[in-house]
Parts: sequence; C-alpha cells; structure tokens
Amino acid sequence: MVEPYQLTAWEAADLLARKELSSRELTESVLQRIERTEPVIHAYQTVLRDSALAAADAIDESRAHGEAPSRYAGVPLALKDNMCMQGSPTTCSSRMLESFVPPYDATVVQKCMAAGLIPVGKTNMDEFAMGSSTENSAFGRTMNPWDLDRVPGGSSGGSTAAVSADETILSLGSDTGGSIRQPAAFCSVTGLKPTYGRVSRYGLVAFASSLDQIGPITKDVRDAALLLQIISGVDSMDSTSVNAPVPDYPAALTGEIKGLRIGVPKEYFPAGLNAEIRGSVEKAVQLLKEQGAEVVELSLPKTDYAIATYYLICTAEASSNLARYEGVVYGRRGASQDNILEMYMSTRSEGFGPEVKRRIMLGTYVLSAGFFEAYYRRAQKVRTLFRQEFEQAFKQVDVIMCPATPSPPFKAGEKTDDPLEMYLSDVFTAPLNMAGLPGLVVPGGFSASGLPIGVQFIGPVFGEEKILNAGYAYQQLTDHHRQKPPLVVPS
Amino acid sequence: MSISRDELKHIALLSRLELSDDEAELYTRHIGEILEYVEKLKELDIEGVEPTSHAVPMENVMRDDVVGPGLEIDEALKNAPDREDRFFRVPRVTE
Repeated sequence: MVEPYQLTAWEAADLLARKELSSRELTESVLQRIERTEPVIHAYQTVLRDSALAAADAIDESRAHGEAPSRYAGVPLALKDNMCMQGSPTTCSSRMLESFVPPYDATVVQKCMAAGLIPVGKTNMDEFAMGSSTENSAFGRTMNPWDLDRVPGGSSGGSTAAVSADETILSLGSDTGGSIRQPAAFCSVTGLKPTYGRVSRYGLVAFASSLDQIGPITKDVRDAALLLQIISGVDSMDSTSVNAPVPDYPAALTGEIKGLRIGVPKEYFPAGLNAEIRGSVEKAVQLLKEQGAEVVELSLPKTDYAIATYYLICTAEASSNLARYEGVVYGRRGASQDNILEMYMSTRSEGFGPEVKRRIMLGTYVLSAGFFEAYYRRAQKVRTLFRQEFEQAFKQVDVIMCPATPSPPFKAGEKTDDPLEMYLSDVFTAPLNMAGLPGLVVPGGFSASGLPIGVQFIGPVFGEEKILNAGYAYQQLTDHHRQKPPLVVPS
Repeated sequence: MSISRDELKHIALLSRLELSDDEAELYTRHIGEILEYVEKLKELDIEGVEPTSHAVPMENVMRDDVVGPGLEIDEALKNAPDREDRFFRVPRVTE
C-alpha cells in the first residue's frame, strides 16, 4: 500500500478533494516519516510539528465547508532554512543566526501559506547557502539517502534529501550557482531554478543578490509546475522581481514535443566527463528525439570560464551582503565587547564558519581598491559574454539539454580541504545564474553502483513552460523519478 | 596571482574577521589558489563589452510615498543581542 507520505502533491490533491484523505492524516504521515528517518538523514534543521498539525486541522475544517484556499491546500512543504517564517527560527545553518526568529514571512512563505500548503519544517543547508555538499552547515551534515557516506549536494541538500527520503511532499530551495539543481541531481529529485526575477526574494536571506533565486524541489515535474505557479509573480517588496504575466504552468505540460529544437552544447560534454553521466544524458536526448524533437549541436565556448566568473561575482556580492552581521540588530554577538571594533571582530569570527569567512575575504579582496577593475569589473563584463552566448543559442533552439553535474555524488569529506575542487562541481549550473536563465534538473537514471544522475534542461529567459514540458515529456517516458532510495529506517 | 600573508591579514581586517595564525596560513593558500585560477579570465577579449550587474533587464521601480504599517519597536528589538529601553545597545563607539 502507498503510504500518504509517498504521494506527490497532485496525487495528494486528488485524494484530498475526494475526501479520501485528510490533511491531518497526510501531515501526520509525513511527520511520522520525519521522526523515523531524521536519525539517519538529518535533512531538517527544525521540525514544525505543532504549527503544522494546527494548520492541517484548519485546512480540513475549511475544506469541509467547501472553502479550501486552493486545490493543494493541506499538502506539506519543507522550507530551506534561509527563508524567513514568522515566529520560527531561521538559522541559515549558521551559528550567527542560531537564535534568530524572524518577525515576518518571506513572500514565498506567505504565498505558500495563502495557498494552504503546510510548512512542516526548515531544512539543513550549507551555511548562508555557500557550498555544494551541505557539509558547511554549522549543525552537522545531511546524508545522501542513496548512499549515506555521500553528500546530498548543496547548498539546498536538506531540501533535496527530504524530498528524496519522502520526508516531505514539496520543498523550496534557493539557487545562486546551482544550489537547487546540483543537489537535485545528487538526490534523484526534480529541481527548478526559475528565471531571475520570476520569484520574489523578499525574506530570503541574501547571499549574492544578482544571482539568488528561489525554486521548487519536488518528486516530479508536475509538482514543480504547480509549486512554481504558487510562488511566482511580481512583488512590491522585491524591486528585482519582474512584472511579467504568470502563465498557467501545469497547463503547459502537454507532453507534446514534436518539432521541439533541443540544443546539445559540446562544452557540456568535455573529455573528462563521467562516462555514465554522459551516457545517461545522451540517452535522454535520444529518447526525446524519438518523440519528434529535433537535435541541434551547439557550441557555448565560454563555459570553461563559468566558475572563475561566478566565484568573483558571488563572493563580491556576499562580502557586501554579509557585512550586516555585526552583532547589533539581530543574530549573535561575540564575547569581546571592549569597543565597537572588537565587538564586530569577535561577532564575525565566532559566528561564521570557514567557507563563509573564505568567501567574505575573497569578495572583499576583489572589491578592494586597486583590484576592482582587474577582478570584479572584468567578471561583470564576462558575464555579459555569457548572456550574449546564450541569447545566440536560443535563436537556434528552444531548450538546451546537458548534464547537471560533472560527477555523481561524492563522499563526505572528499572535497572539504580543496575549495576550488568543490567549486568546480557547479560548472554546468552556474552559467545559468549569470545569464538569469531558468534550469530544470530531473532524475536521469543511476550509475552502475546505484548513484543518481541528473539531466538538466536550460530555457531562455521566462522559458519555464518549455523546460517544464520537455522535462514532463521525459518523465512520461521514464520512471527514474519514481525510484526510491533503498533506505532502511528504524520502525 | 597569489596573495601574501600580510595582504590577507589586511583583507581580514577589512572583512572584520580575526584569524589565528593557522587560519591565516590556510586562507592565504586557498585564496591564492582561487586567484590563480581566475587569472584565466584574462584570456578573454572584453574590449568594449558593457558590464552586467543584473542578467534580466530591469527598470527603476517607483511608488507613491504613502505610510504603511512597519515593525513595532518591541518586535524590531526582539532579536537584538543587547537592548536598553527602546534602543539597540552597543559598546562605546567614540572616545
């Protein structure tokens, strides 16, 4: 029998509408799954048991009166712990914000709650979203449900592990250089980074403001479409949110891809690419070709410069954004308080972990007098080249298909001593953030040793419908997204 | 391009971070390696290229200057590490 926690949101919505399942039952099922699974996975930073059950009861009550706020009202949702939720701790997995309780809701949280989704918890992440393995959490790493010795990816590794291990129905993550898509690939779940500006960032703790974007992490493409529908739209609280019409994303999922022009960029298939990843992505392209899609070979020669450009821009923005953690208005204050400078120094030295310090210093350096032009300004200009290269590509194709990561999930500890090596795991995801483009990662199969492989679809600006439909067509033809990790949890 | 230990210590001070000697050594090496890696951007011709600060074109957003609800003082002070009365309390700023 299918347990309620195993359902997708659209399956649960059908049962809820027919009153064959209550939100209370669904939420309790998820909470019980969390209780049993967390000792093994550690996907969550905070579990919101009481407020979730109260919200579920309220939804059941409103549905009984025919007044459910939406079709998906009563479905559980896990939030990455960098999204503010009023009255619930929002730590960013940092000692700096260990005791921070936001006095307001992020816009995405407000929208999800208005639609009746039930926040069941806040998920673990790399501190301040800086990392690709969730090992940079100040509160312990998250295990990959497919192999507990391996990382779930990052920085939204808690959210992807929670979805993979059925510890939630829906989840939200954030993506600055791949933080939704790389862990989605590592955990064999569906992850979407929307176009920059599609979703409000109000209430998302800022890492690199020109790159950050919130997006869905789900069990399939259909759920990603419906969650994107809920969170999209312009917001007066975020002047970088874009005032563009929000299409009916679920309605875009026709599965019809005849004539779809799929670009395959050769730079995303370098000589050193893991052979099983290459095989899986090529097979995925072939499958869609057999359905009538047209395959176009592309070249995106700037790809090799993506990581260098990305890490200059994101660290510069981070050093500026994180200047606010100084121990005055909120968050931790350091022990040394003899004068204001000592207080700042002790606050930041005690509150930030090693990767955050590294990025703040790198960002401070590249913005400092004498180096600004050579590093930051140059990176901004190269960023323009990335945009132009993609603009040219999308004159020839509708979507681009490529790997999500250069390798399958790596072992915990494998890259922690070599930051540059860790950074390179974002090579296929970071270019999109620089160009503002949407990217969808779906499960694309498994290596011979059973490790997840992701397939990435890239779309033009506001091309979410195209990549969602392509991903949906792929999921109609495959069952990778229905595979569950061989997880043994205490009963 | 690498970075010297003294340069790193200066950057740490600008970043308001205090480093132990071991940390300073480690970060000098890591940041030096990253700076060497990003040198590859010099291979690209950026002559005449406009910088991008935001990927998606945007316009300035204007609104009428109307008073709306804001945080109550007590709410705003709730997360303060130290407070006194209606104020955030900090160590002495000027001598």
